[in-house]
Amino acid sequence: MGLDKERPQLIVNGRRIDGRAPDELRPIEMEVGVLKNADGSAIVSFGNTRVLAAVYGPREVMPKHVAMVDRAVIRCRYRMLSFSTEERKSPAPSRREIELSKVIREALEPAIMSELFPRTAIDIFIEVLNADGGTRTTGITAAALALADAGIPMRDLVAGVAVGKVDGVIVLDINKVEDMYGEADMPVAAMPGVGRITLLQLNGVLSRDEFSQALALALRGIRKIYELQKEALRRKYVSTTEEV
Amino acid sequence: MSITPEQPVVPKLKYNAILNVLSKGQRIDKRSVYSYRPITVKTNVIPNAEGSALVSVGSTQVIAGVKLEIGQPYADTPNEGVLIVNAEFLPAASPTFEPGPPDENAIELARVVDRSLREPKVIALDKLCIIPGKRVWIVWLDIYVMDHDGNLLDASMLAAMAALASARIPRIVSVDPNTGDVKVNRSVREDRLPINKLVCTVTIAKIGRYLIVDPNLEEEAIANAKLAVSISEDGLIVGMQKMGMGYFTEDEVKSAVGIAMNVAPKLIETLRKAVQS
Repeated sequence: MGLDKERPQLIVNGRRIDGRAPDELRPIEMEVGVLKNADGSAIVSFGNTRVLAAVYGPREVMPKHVAMVDRAVIRCRYRMLSFSTEERKSPAPSRREIELSKVIREALEPAIMSELFPRTAIDIFIEVLNADGGTRTTGITAAALALADAGIPMRDLVAGVAVGKVDGVIVLDINKVEDMYGEADMPVAAMPGVGRITLLQLNGVLSRDEFSQALALALRGIRKIYELQKEALRRKYVSTTEEV
Repeated sequence: MSITPEQPVVPKLKYNAILNVLSKGQRIDKRSVYSYRPITVKTNVIPNAEGSALVSVGSTQVIAGVKLEIGQPYADTPNEGVLIVNAEFLPAASPTFEPGPPDENAIELARVVDRSLREPKVIALDKLCIIPGKRVWIVWLDIYVMDHDGNLLDASMLAAMAALASARIPRIVSVDPNTGDVKVNRSVREDRLPINKLVCTVTIAKIGRYLIVDPNLEEEAIANAKLAVSISEDGLIVGMQKMGMGYFTEDEVKSAVGIAMNVAPKLIETLRKAVQS
């Protein structure tokens, strides 16, 4: 939505509106195993964006006819809590949430070895607690951790980040203001260990060169996020081992 | 919730046949890998709509219509018209489509078309203001898939673009800025809906290790993933969406974008001809 009226200057002296360099991620926090009941869970924060992911399964499929004979069905729901946004979000599912549930499921499907669990369901719930840009990619990053925490065999972790173009500059990990007033927003998710891009969307206008630059920047960011994911998993499981 | 869809059953023989011809740079329907099926675009097919287009891409058929209504602008864009895009997969279009509200595929399609129109400012919404802050034209763009033989997105985008570019605005008879009362004579249509530029979408499917343009239904059934790239007539990328349960490598994404850029001018040309006539 072009709010050209009160559009703030997004890049000042090479720094972004929150003081970051163009290729700098926001402070990232990850915690694995935050829920008792879920088989796997994680909370991931990118700056003020904070997302919870929970995984149940592989478990019995209800209703039964949904089950598939050669693999697990993966069910995914992305949702924003009503108070996660500046103006209250109606709790009814929006078209945006329906689309994002689909693209997030498709971003995670390539990583999950669903063929090992025929006739079961793996349920992924992504709840946006606080939204400040990049909620779908933060959700994917959290969901991958939750899947790993649930002990579901995966080909690799999936990590995501949104890159964008603001004031003509290609920037990494855009926040809400940059998304709203910028020229382009491009969420990307990938399995860095095997070099597979599993989510790619572009909302905005880019030249071909800018696109290549943005994609390369996203993949560099994703590598860093991937390392943080592995650390977060190690932290949980190494500390558990020590307690025992 | 989004659920892993039922995979269409493709006989091994068919799968091997498709892959086998692809390895020779050919398609099962004798096309080359980067070519579209025959495209037809007919505009003004619905007299009651302000703009409309019936598009066929091979056996895929999509109809799009534009209705213009007087309404209120969004609070953050008080001097701009409003664009609302909807898509529906008619149960008539495929044995797999069921009646009911749009499912996630229809919603995704509508939202990809919406973004590809909105971001490059395809419609000059700033010229659709009637009373600043009070009354603007609401552009309702509705897309109906009538027959499904693959690549619904590219066909829908062509239909949407052709319907918009051929739409004409009903005559405004009187405007009362104080009450916000606007009288319209729908039987007389005058100026064209202001269009800044034409846009098309090119969908590239990945089958095995091969990238192909405009997958038909059989090819879509065995495709690992698809990448839709929207391109404007001035050669910019104005939208993108990866679809499907597979993945692309970085190199594959780059070649897909290159292919889309090469193919797009032909689609734009097709659109231009259809809209002028």
